[in-house]
Amino acid sequence: MMILSGDPPRSRILTLVLVVIILALAATPFLFPGAKALNVAAKICVFAALVASYDLLLGYTGSVSFAHTMFYGIGSYAIAIALYGMGPNWAAVATGIVVGLPLAALLALAIGLFSLRVAAIFFAMITLAVASAFQVLASQLSWLTGGEDGRSFQLPELLRPGTVLIPKSLFGFEINGRILTFYLVFAVSALMILALLRVVNSPFGRVLQAIRENRFRAEALGFRTVFHLTYANCLAALVAASAGMLNALWLRYAGPDTSLSFSIMLDILLMVVIGGMGTIYGALIGATIFILAQNYLQSLMGVASNAAGEAGLPLLPGLLHPDRWLLWLGLLFIASVYFFPTGVVGRLRKASGDKSAGSSH
Amino acid sequence: MTDLLRLSGVHTHIGRYHILQGIDLAVPQGQVTMLLGRNGAGKTTTLRTIMGLWQASKGEITLAGERIESLATPDIARRGVGYVPESMAVFSDLTVKENLVLAARDGPLDDTQLDWIFGFFPALRRFWLSRAGSLSGGQKQMLSIARAIVEPRKLLLVDEPTKGLAPAIVMALIECLKEIKRKGATILLVEQNFFAARELGDNVLVMDNGTIVHRGEMAALAADVSLQERLLGLSLGAHQ
Repeated sequence: MMILSGDPPRSRILTLVLVVIILALAATPFLFPGAKALNVAAKICVFAALVASYDLLLGYTGSVSFAHTMFYGIGSYAIAIALYGMGPNWAAVATGIVVGLPLAALLALAIGLFSLRVAAIFFAMITLAVASAFQVLASQLSWLTGGEDGRSFQLPELLRPGTVLIPKSLFGFEINGRILTFYLVFAVSALMILALLRVVNSPFGRVLQAIRENRFRAEALGFRTVFHLTYANCLAALVAASAGMLNALWLRYAGPDTSLSFSIMLDILLMVVIGGMGTIYGALIGATIFILAQNYLQSLMGVASNAAGEAGLPLLPGLLHPDRWLLWLGLLFIASVYFFPTGVVGRLRKASGDKSAGSSH
Repeated sequence: MTDLLRLSGVHTHIGRYHILQGIDLAVPQGQVTMLLGRNGAGKTTTLRTIMGLWQASKGEITLAGERIESLATPDIARRGVGYVPESMAVFSDLTVKENLVLAARDGPLDDTQLDWIFGFFPALRRFWLSRAGSLSGGQKQMLSIARAIVEPRKLLLVDEPTKGLAPAIVMALIECLKEIKRKGATILLVEQNFFAARELGDNVLVMDNGTIVHRGEMAALAADVSLQERLLGLSLGAHQ
């Protein structure tokens, strides 16, 4: 209970789902062979942390930011540029962290102080403007960022796939640098999510919820809300930048498409909404559903389409053709928002709350 | 008797509307001052202007001798002004306990103060860990008032606490406010319920069209039916 900051999932099914997801992620290198499964698992870890940090903003303070991918990008590029420029060593990783995190926090502080004292819509617009400017800047400064091509780089020796830590002859599994990198991503993401859970359940988190509900009332109680909102914005930016660093380390690459594009911002928004806003747990659920669908829906539909074709059914083979996967992804989202307006977590908590008639409080 | 709060020549504009048109009023230390008047007279705007939620466009507001009209809302609250807004303003996603902890901003809850509050509002103890949003209207209003008094405040601004509540709950609220008054609190209370006003008020201010049109002792107004009819368009008998 300590580790969850006194905020358990509060639903038996939700607890079960979370445990299954976490165990599956932790055991991916051994359960699911192949590079794709490991890539998907790493992406789920990174996005769970990224989405959780966005939930701190959207779910707990009610402020809509479009600059979250910018902070994610700052983290990615900081690691990439440092490792590209200084060579594959740990000093470069440390440099990336020491430069990237304060940069993200300072930028978040500046945006917060300038725009969070006014109406929420200005904050959204300013983050949109700053993020667009940053995206242009990143592609223009090609001597530094590699422009549209981005930067590929080598990892330090320990994290390379070629580095065998435990040979296959010992346990029947080879533990190499790639798997070590995966566990680094897994552990840091998990720590960040637990830290966010601690933040939202602290007195500070309660003030954020009060601000979300009615900012004027919170001010009338004596809270300087600009301070709280800006602080939350900085925390979210720090976690997003860290997630970006993990992503860059995993991909050994940082570029506009993988770390700055607005389609990532949309993905984050969808994951928060699907999982359930203002819950933190929703981030893990949303990221898992979304990324699994993104990666496996197409092949699943291929199988279904072929089966329908062989069974001689009309229309269905065409509808289920793998090329139509985006249509089905879209329908899946509409259905999930329609049936789970409070997200998967909100829905499951409500179901268990109904059964135990308020004893969950 | 010194005045804790004093407004002189206060004007407030909301958009292009000129709501407060030169308010002069004083709230004496340790007394309950009633602010009466028909709907739209500017009573709530007066409270919100004192609290800094609307900025006064002209005039002076002093609290215990200090000018506060250009301070931000949180800074006014930190000078010891408690505000109970209209319409059961609780944080509905938080529990009763969390609502009160928030109000106690600078430290842990004071147990004797809590017991004193529970004495009036036993429901708050019963629903201590329930979401404030699940409380009934009366319970929300109790919580809203409890939030304002959980910490000692110099001045309480209370906006129509009895609005929309059942008569039995109105009586409990009046008892509670009387007790707060006996403890020496200074209160500026907006009220439409004349019975509650007569029970609680030491002084009375009547507003109309953004100005104060009458000031005096509550007892004098309560005794003068023709004055009530002229100022408020009501007679006490009809509202008891």
